[in-house]
Amino acid sequence: MSQPKLQEKSREFPAVEISGMNRALAADIRKRSGTQFQRCFQCQTCANGCPFVQAMDYPPNVIMRMLQYGMEQEVLRCSTIWICVGCHTCSSQCPMGIDIAAVMDSLRLKAVEAGAPIAKPNILDFHEEVLRSLERYGRAHKLSIMWRYKMQTGRWFSDLDVGLKMLARRKLELRPSRVKNIGEITELFKCYWRESK
Amino acid sequence: MSRRPYLNFSYFPGCSMATTATEANESIKKAAKVLGFNLMELEDWNCCGSSSAQTMCKNLSLGMAARNLSLAPPGWPLVAMCPRCLHYLRSAQECLRASPEAHHALEDHWGRPIPLDLEIVHFMEVLVRHGTDRLKKNLKRSLQGVKFVPYYGCTLFRPPRMQKEKYFQGEMENLLKMLGAEPAPDAYAYRCCGSFLSATDPEVVTPLVNEIIDSAVAARANCIVTACAMCQLNLEIRCTSKVRLPVFHFSEVLALALGAEDYEEWWPRHIVDPRPLLEELKLVA
Ligand code: SF4
Ligand code: SF4
Repeated sequence: MSQPKLQEKSREFPAVEISGMNRALAADIRKRSGTQFQRCFQCQTCANGCPFVQAMDYPPNVIMRMLQYGMEQEVLRCSTIWICVGCHTCSSQCPMGIDIAAVMDSLRLKAVEAGAPIAKPNILDFHEEVLRSLERYGRAHKLSIMWRYKMQTGRWFSDLDVGLKMLARRKLELRPSRVKNIGEITELFKCYWRESK
Repeated sequence: MSRRPYLNFSYFPGCSMATTATEANESIKKAAKVLGFNLMELEDWNCCGSSSAQTMCKNLSLGMAARNLSLAPPGWPLVAMCPRCLHYLRSAQECLRASPEAHHALEDHWGRPIPLDLEIVHFMEVLVRHGTDRLKKNLKRSLQGVKFVPYYGCTLFRPPRMQKEKYFQGEMENLLKMLGAEPAPDAYAYRCCGSFLSATDPEVVTPLVNEIIDSAVAARANCIVTACAMCQLNLEIRCTSKVRLPVFHFSEVLALALGAEDYEEWWPRHIVDPRPLLEELKLVA
């Protein structure tokens, strides 16, 4: 009998079950983002380093935990995924090598696809205005983006001084710079979700 | 005088450099010319896709970046200055490497090859690789007295994808030191500038930008030099601090040191006028 005692004792521990857990969401986001967020052990390095955490409803580490728990509604409806600019401060500092910004990217796409209520509609509007400019010119035309964006969101005067300063310094060009072969660009927009619906 | 051969590159300016930051575009071309780099603008280039395409549709984002790759002449490295453009162009290439179906589909669609071995490099890397002796030889105006915070912003080496490539930390200091400037790196040199939040949620960005500028003032810098045109814009338009510093594009100080004379066109495009500083340092008349 040379077998050590410990080994006899080894057994499987029962899984902890969380009610309403959506495993499909976690699997989907893992596949889309290509990152292993289940490794997250809540050290909060990501939250401490994120420059925009104050403006978010949940810090990035909580998003990881909610994803692990399959809390679909919360992660798809939160403002965090829209505020995140993808600066990768978190991804570069995570001790578990989780690309948190990639998770945010995937959640944002998923939220749009799933038709979830958007916590920061002004940010979605902005991205749409940029895409409209890209569709039309193939390049970003800042003046028309800002113009239409301000019209949409009704924030007319909020940034007037900055806009005027930029105009005065010829930073907002009046005429867009364009792609000649614009057909090749418009074709690319066929796959875009807005059109497919 | 020994004539050095020109080195050929294709050049992707990107939307910011082509429009809001033409001063960066002009100065990079000027500097490249002096150094013997032939930057051929990519014929009929389009936006790299930017965060907005990345946010809204993966295929769109891939297609936008990949079209640029399909326009690049073979054998010439593709140079970008904007870190985000660089990031999206490289990401697209990596994505096409991993997905031969997508690669072939796009090649068939456009009827042009998309070379997967095309080298995509940042302008600073071109300098580091080929430029150091060229820099020293062509120095016309020493940048003595310029005490700068090397502001890299977030994208030049943070994204995991970029970390597989060249690491740029310290390069801006090395290059500008050769030209006589003194780095003041003890500031928020990598803090994100706010990106699109500067347009959508300026009240979130302003305090952060102020912290960046204040940290530069505390580090006793007299200016900030950025590697990214969007950062340059955000640091200028969102700062409300009392003491403000001029924010230069990297290519502007580079071209200035290399003897550019058309800088009068650049400074009026700055929101914080850099002329008083440059005059004080006797860098411009
Ligand atoms: S830094 Fe990484 S491990 Fe730590 S809480 Fe954030 S995601 Fe989790
Ligand atoms: S990538 Fe997003 S979550 Fe991460 S630090 Fe930047 S803004 Fe915060």
